[in-house]
Amino acid sequence: MASVTFDKATRLYPGSTKPAVDALDLHVADGEFLVLVGPSGCGKSTSLRMLAGLEEVNDGNILIGDRNVTDVPPKDRDIAMVFQNYALYPHMTVAENMGFALKIAGVNKDERATRVLEAAKLLDLEPYLGRKPKALSGGQRQRVAMGRAIVRQPQVFLMDEPLSNLDAKLRVQTRTQIASLQRRLGVTTVYVTHDQTEALTMGDRIAVLKDGVLQQVGTPRDLYANPKNVFVAGFIGSPAMNLFTADLVEGGLKFGSAVAALDRATMGATSNTKVTIGVRPEDVRVSTTGEGLKVDVDLVEELGADGYLYGHTDIDGGRVDIVARVDGRVHPNAGETVFILPEPAHIHAFDIESGNRLSKAVAD
Amino acid sequence: MSAVTPIDVPIDNATKRQLKAGERASERTLTKRTKKRLTSRGATIASLIIALVWTVPTFGLFISSIRPAALINTTGWWTIFQNPGLTFDNYSQVLKAGNSQLNLGQAFINSIAITLPATLIPLTLASLAAYGFAWMNFKGKNWMFIGVFALQIVPLQMALVPLLSLFSRGLTIGGVQLFAGLNASGSYTQVWIAHTIFGLPLVIFLLHNFISELPAELIEAARVDGAGHGQIFFRIVLPLTMPAIASIAIFQFLWVWNDLLVALVFADGEVAPMTKLLAEITGGRGQDWQLLTSGAFISILVPLIVFFALQRFFVRGLLAGSTKG
Repeated sequence: MASVTFDKATRLYPGSTKPAVDALDLHVADGEFLVLVGPSGCGKSTSLRMLAGLEEVNDGNILIGDRNVTDVPPKDRDIAMVFQNYALYPHMTVAENMGFALKIAGVNKDERATRVLEAAKLLDLEPYLGRKPKALSGGQRQRVAMGRAIVRQPQVFLMDEPLSNLDAKLRVQTRTQIASLQRRLGVTTVYVTHDQTEALTMGDRIAVLKDGVLQQVGTPRDLYANPKNVFVAGFIGSPAMNLFTADLVEGGLKFGSAVAALDRATMGATSNTKVTIGVRPEDVRVSTTGEGLKVDVDLVEELGADGYLYGHTDIDGGRVDIVARVDGRVHPNAGETVFILPEPAHIHAFDIESGNRLSKAVAD
Repeated sequence: MSAVTPIDVPIDNATKRQLKAGERASERTLTKRTKKRLTSRGATIASLIIALVWTVPTFGLFISSIRPAALINTTGWWTIFQNPGLTFDNYSQVLKAGNSQLNLGQAFINSIAITLPATLIPLTLASLAAYGFAWMNFKGKNWMFIGVFALQIVPLQMALVPLLSLFSRGLTIGGVQLFAGLNASGSYTQVWIAHTIFGLPLVIFLLHNFISELPAELIEAARVDGAGHGQIFFRIVLPLTMPAIASIAIFQFLWVWNDLLVALVFADGEVAPMTKLLAEITGGRGQDWQLLTSGAFISILVPLIVFFALQRFFVRGLLAGSTKG
């Protein structure tokens, strides 16, 4: 077991001027499950591959434990990786696939068999040990890929979107399995995904990347409650946070016909007269008094207990889409016009230029 | 004779190869359509007819080879029932026929002794080289590969004289002898080296195409699993490349087996292969053409055995199931 440290690690692809990963500073504690998340092309996979040694590090260092592995080839890093497409060796049986790394390491046959069997039991793969990968289903292949990593008993697990090839139902199941397995084994894990739900449900901590730059690292709760900037605010949470521009007025924010209270410290943090504000769908309530932001309802999605109201409004002449959580039984209908108000305690204010958070952190 | 099925490598890849994947998907449907067309009833009948048309001459050759010389000279092989008479004289004669230095039986052994190493050596070297070109990074790799690729256009005939002089006199530049002549006339060494040299560019190129199409994740997984280049090559790449190696082996084998030109120049006297001797038998005594029938039949036996032995490698899609596919 070991911690993982990225120390200003940078990857610049030849022929490109902008680094794919730009001075990444990140520390993953021993035994921690860290999720790297971001839209495609944000550098999350590149970061993982740098840690694996499959990608060159142009600047900065990468440490596993106290050992600087920046220039160490992948085979000497004592890591195991689960690939998106599993990358099982097609000409080997499941048992051979799982035992391959041990064979290379020169572990004797008996111990190899014992360890493969142990991992197979853990993953319910015992009946398939003699099969070739092509005779397995997608879910089973995914488990073999996991098994191949577990058998190694490495210092760090690296997972590169291991669930993206599974169907929706299996993905949810496997998600929990992987998370609980990791907690049981206690192996430091770096997990890459583009799916923020996966990130929120699995990670001890989440690191959000955009264009090769680390945006924010924190616990799922922290990222959800206190996004550091507009990008994180919009990326974490589903449905996404409502983000739009609002005028600062005396005593708070102009919110349609109403004024939403905003604390003095936040208001003093910017010299602009406008801010970008973010309100999560669950922090929006439909006003009964006709006060607030006027929203034309386009659609209401009923999910049983509650529903989501999708509508739009005009802000400074531009159309802005609004999502609000409403009661599942009693709610406005499509075509109606409603007025909405935010929960004042849950307004996120961001600087209109830099996009950085202005509001104080909410203890939540 | 050798209907080679192209080996389909099902590769499904990460987002960065989306475009390529798209192309491949359309290729795959094309393959499916082609396959459908090729397995229809009409196609089956057509292929049966083609097979028949192809086999009849071979069959005729075989019948002729077991008929007495007198009958061959007067009647066609299809009249075998009207003019019965079977004999293995042609075979026993042809195996003894030849020149002062060797007979056809010995030449048959020579052919095997030339062909096997001249197939195995280039394939071994080329698979290593192809792996290097495909999966190793070193300076000047692309230029070297272009060089190898360009070598394919050098006509074999052009290299005969320089190569012969290299073998006999060695290489001397500006009065400094870099290495001495092989001094190996009358042994197989020259012809092995010649065939290896002539075969390498194409074999490297073909194998490189196949090996570089292996999913990158597979190689990366092996690297993370602790394998070095040697282990990746022998444990991952080589087993997965077997179908390609087998099909290229057949081509190289047939080429060397049927070769006359290189043999005439580099394998003289006691080490001459069957092709050379067969030419002499017909050339020297055109009247004995019944011997050619049996001789020719002996010479196609080995290629047939090789083809049938390695044929199953064409059919098997070894890569199925490696990635999502």
